[in-house]
Amino acid sequence: MAEPSKKEATKVVDEGIDVGISRLTEEKIQSVINSVIDEETGARLKTYVETCVHCGLCSEACHYYLSHDNDPHYSPVGKVKQTIWEMVKKKGRVTPEFIRQAAIIAQTECNLCKRCAQYCPFGIDIAYLMSVVRRIIHRLGVTPLYIQDTAHSHSVTMNQMWVKGDEWPDTLQWQEEEAQAEIPDLRIPLEKEGADIMYSVIAPEPKFQAQLIYQAAVIMHVAGVDWTMPASMGWDNSDMAMFTGDNELMGRLKRTHFETAARLKVKKIVMGECGHAFRSVYDMGNRWLGWAMPPFTIVHAIEFYHDIIKEGRIKIARKYKPPITLHDPCNVVRGGGLHEKARFVAHAICENVIEMHPNREHNYCCGAGGGVINTGPPFKMTRITGNRVKAEQLFGAKTKGAEVLVAPCHNCHSGLHDIVHHYEIGLDIKFFGDIIYEVMEKPA
Amino acid sequence: MHTFYNFVSGPLAWVAFILFFGGSIYRIASMLKLVAEKERFIFSYMSWRYSLRSILHWIIPFATVNWRRQPVLTVVTFTFHLCLLATPIFLLSHVVLWDEAFNVSWWTLPDAVADVMTIIVILGAVYFLVRRVTQPEVKFVTSASDFVILTIVAAPFITGFLAYHQWLSYPLMMCLHVLAGDILLAAMPFTRLSHMLFSPFTRAYMGSEFGKVRHARDW
Repeated sequence: MAEPSKKEATKVVDEGIDVGISRLTEEKIQSVINSVIDEETGARLKTYVETCVHCGLCSEACHYYLSHDNDPHYSPVGKVKQTIWEMVKKKGRVTPEFIRQAAIIAQTECNLCKRCAQYCPFGIDIAYLMSVVRRIIHRLGVTPLYIQDTAHSHSVTMNQMWVKGDEWPDTLQWQEEEAQAEIPDLRIPLEKEGADIMYSVIAPEPKFQAQLIYQAAVIMHVAGVDWTMPASMGWDNSDMAMFTGDNELMGRLKRTHFETAARLKVKKIVMGECGHAFRSVYDMGNRWLGWAMPPFTIVHAIEFYHDIIKEGRIKIARKYKPPITLHDPCNVVRGGGLHEKARFVAHAICENVIEMHPNREHNYCCGAGGGVINTGPPFKMTRITGNRVKAEQLFGAKTKGAEVLVAPCHNCHSGLHDIVHHYEIGLDIKFFGDIIYEVMEKPA
Repeated sequence: MHTFYNFVSGPLAWVAFILFFGGSIYRIASMLKLVAEKERFIFSYMSWRYSLRSILHWIIPFATVNWRRQPVLTVVTFTFHLCLLATPIFLLSHVVLWDEAFNVSWWTLPDAVADVMTIIVILGAVYFLVRRVTQPEVKFVTSASDFVILTIVAAPFITGFLAYHQWLSYPLMMCLHVLAGDILLAAMPFTRLSHMLFSPFTRAYMGSEFGKVRHARDW
């Protein structure tokens, strides 16, 4: 067994990182670090670094730390020590090898879930510090390959998955036709100016989970919602640029998204069951564009379902029988306070809801968030072995009878899938939309 | 010894107090200036309600999840900080000094209570020292400066305790005690002891972000 206080040397091969590192010189590193620190940060970085009393109380907040038998290299403050502290202390004079480790730590061993902010007595925003490291890594060109490819896709196509211009309306039309086999007068209204709602999704939905759009269309139709989807760019609300530190690209994406909603003259944006996209649209992208709060009312799917169920716009024919347990996604719960609404929805549509512990704001991250899952196969095991506590937590819920895990977030969904599979927990994973579609009253 | 005592309790004490008050104002003002220059948006997210809600939870023992998870540390850190702040302010012999010098005085602690509080501070410092060298997650992020600031904090209490009980050389201890107090005062704004100044601000900002934007609890 490994010594608990020793971290094994990380020797992952990632072309984005390795090729990027091979191009670095110490002068370049120094000038980029100092440029980011001097020009892009301010009182937060300075005050956080100078106020931290090195007490280690953030450690137990972190699922990586807990999952690695309390190895201090994985504690939030431990990650800060191995990255930004050194950069600040040495005024950017660090080696390419140091940058390599910093890239791995900031991009793959932190989900930016902000649970540590709830554990630090001073409220030091460690996720922000990791974002600063990611920004440096981005400007040094050392971002892991897979997530960088996603960012490239954003830059070229304004969506995350290289979905081409014609593939998007094509997919919507295909899903509309599929759904019309069930409900003949169902429409997926494209480009409807003045609709109440613009419904936006992340690119993986048209790319390989088109049935989610089908389900959403059925829910919208039954609820009698005046909705539309754009046929142009701007339909994708996802944002990996936010997680690579490519703030300029994040700004382009969110501007396109908001301007599309403005062009369609909608009242609000309803978004699918995605966490990071909510963070981008509701919290991060709008700030980059100068909006303290988003220029449109942003309604996450959880809140949307909550509202239409509460208002009686959809009826539940028969509640879902298998006992479910609910995973609180960081970005919409710790980041948006939707935990009670999620519970309202869960209880409204399911017969038996079993709480996992910890839950609500204190839930453990899925390990996929913050762009970690988007760093791809080289780091798959980083997030699975780095989240053993999630497996233990899920197993606890299963022991109490849960059979289905509801995760109202795409990244959580995929990350939890890997965890459930690897640790052989045996839980089915579903979105709220899957269950609502199944249990709601539909026109015969 | 007398000359030295007069120096540390006279000119040096003035310097220490000026550094403490002046330095504190300077540090806070420069932080706010930096916010205004580079992260102005922070002001627009600040909320009194959520700032106070967050601060209140964190200054009450066991009112947060993490305080409850760390019961021993919570008891130690709260009593340590309370005694650390209250003892020097309400110690009878300190108030006598204020009275003699400036003709101002206020309520004082009974000496026996102050004595116990001093011991609490010293034991608290020992606890933090032991924690720092034995707990892996604390040890990993410990640097020499952590021992220095702990020493700076403990020194006035150790010397004061020895002087009060007149163990070892009383005149020497008194001199060292006043010197250590001067050092502590002067160091507070300029070392990580400045968490005394900054933590209300960092806490308030995080509380505001969690309350106003995230609609979630940060405790």
